[in-house]
Amino acid sequence: MAGDSVKLLGFWASPFTARVHWALKLKVVKYEYFEEDFRNKSTLLLQSNPVYEKVPVLVHNGKPLAESLVILEYIDETWKQNPILPQDPYERALARFWAKFVEDKCVPEIISVFTKRGEEKEKAARDARENLKILESALGEKRFFGGETMGFVDIVAGWIGYWGRISEEVAGVNLIDAATIPLLNAWFEHVLEVPIIRECLPPREKLLEHSKNVYEIATAGST
Amino acid sequence: MKEVKLLGAWPSTFCYRIIWALKLKGVEYEYVEEDLFNKSDLLLRYNPVHKKIPVLIHGGKPIAESTVILEYIEEAWPQNPLLSSDPYERAMARFWTKFAEDKNPTFFAYFQAVGEEQEKVTKEAKEVLKIIEEQGLGEKKFFGGDKVGMADLAFGWIAGWLEYMEEAVGVKLLEPNTFPLLQAWIKNFRDVPVIKENLPDGKKLSVYFKGLREKFIAQATV
Repeated sequence: MAGDSVKLLGFWASPFTARVHWALKLKVVKYEYFEEDFRNKSTLLLQSNPVYEKVPVLVHNGKPLAESLVILEYIDETWKQNPILPQDPYERALARFWAKFVEDKCVPEIISVFTKRGEEKEKAARDARENLKILESALGEKRFFGGETMGFVDIVAGWIGYWGRISEEVAGVNLIDAATIPLLNAWFEHVLEVPIIRECLPPREKLLEHSKNVYEIATAGST
Repeated sequence: MKEVKLLGAWPSTFCYRIIWALKLKGVEYEYVEEDLFNKSDLLLRYNPVHKKIPVLIHGGKPIAESTVILEYIEEAWPQNPLLSSDPYERAMARFWTKFAEDKNPTFFAYFQAVGEEQEKVTKEAKEVLKIIEEQGLGEKKFFGGDKVGMADLAFGWIAGWLEYMEEAVGVKLLEPNTFPLLQAWIKNFRDVPVIKENLPDGKKLSVYFKGLREKFIAQATV
């Protein structure tokens, strides 16, 4: 839409920011990206997301929105090309169910692998593996959760194939086992092969370095 | 017309979100009370992932997770909408609905904690209520604006359950003369005919929460 102002406030290493990049790019929406520095949060961020003061934040024609899943639904409703959610209400409900499953049952475990140590870390990794196995049951033989092309769940969970493998290396755990979750493993590759996705992934070495730093800081306080 | 069934449990705030949505839209449904200590085959079959209520079954197809069910109900029965037609307003309603979900642990902690921990979580819970009141509700009559919307249903527990939780814990979150906007919202929400006619029995809730609180105290002092 001509004259539209679309801004994305984000953090280069954040998979939540990546979700919004992916949605905007898949819909071919023009936007300006602003990198946020957490030690020095911009006025725009603090004004746009006073509740959480976190990224990503989408600002469309001056109106701010926070929370990546909320932003994805907004993007889908505002720009109708290349739909992210299916048309059928029941299929939409399934997509939302699995997106929520990823948020509630996979994300915290993958984060815990980074912030916990010892038995707690091992348990988080076990839970993550179990929940990824459950997620796989929703994929079945499909190329993407969205069918032939990427959809809501693909955007919400696809980052795990890239960030998750880096977490495995840094934290010394197993999250993605090709033998246990062969279909999900293949799906990760399908997502990362999509040119738009591949082109906007943060460089691996840079992300690995950053993740190592985060891991050291996160676990320094634990005994 | 396809059959609508709701699997629920009477003390559940999540279950009531669905009852309210269905009744606000005038949708006929069959209600099935689940015994959460003895889950039915129906529940285990229709929600194998979480094994929790509420579950909505429409024409034999199950949907779980209350916020997902609310979105489905909104789309399957568009009359008396719970969301605005404006994408930005819809997003704001979804943001606050998600906020209500994400803050459940805070209020659960307030209900469960004892001693010093109790003081700490009570303070946190009040801070969350402040955000809900100032940023979510503001000067509006309802979170949805002039009429009840999705976010109102998500926060409905504050209007129907909180006072019994406070009674059981012995610590108030909404003290008199505090949170004036939120307290006004509670009255307005409870006055909506569908809500007024569909709240769990106060005496039953009182007994329920007192019993639950005693369990938590017993666990904490073991």
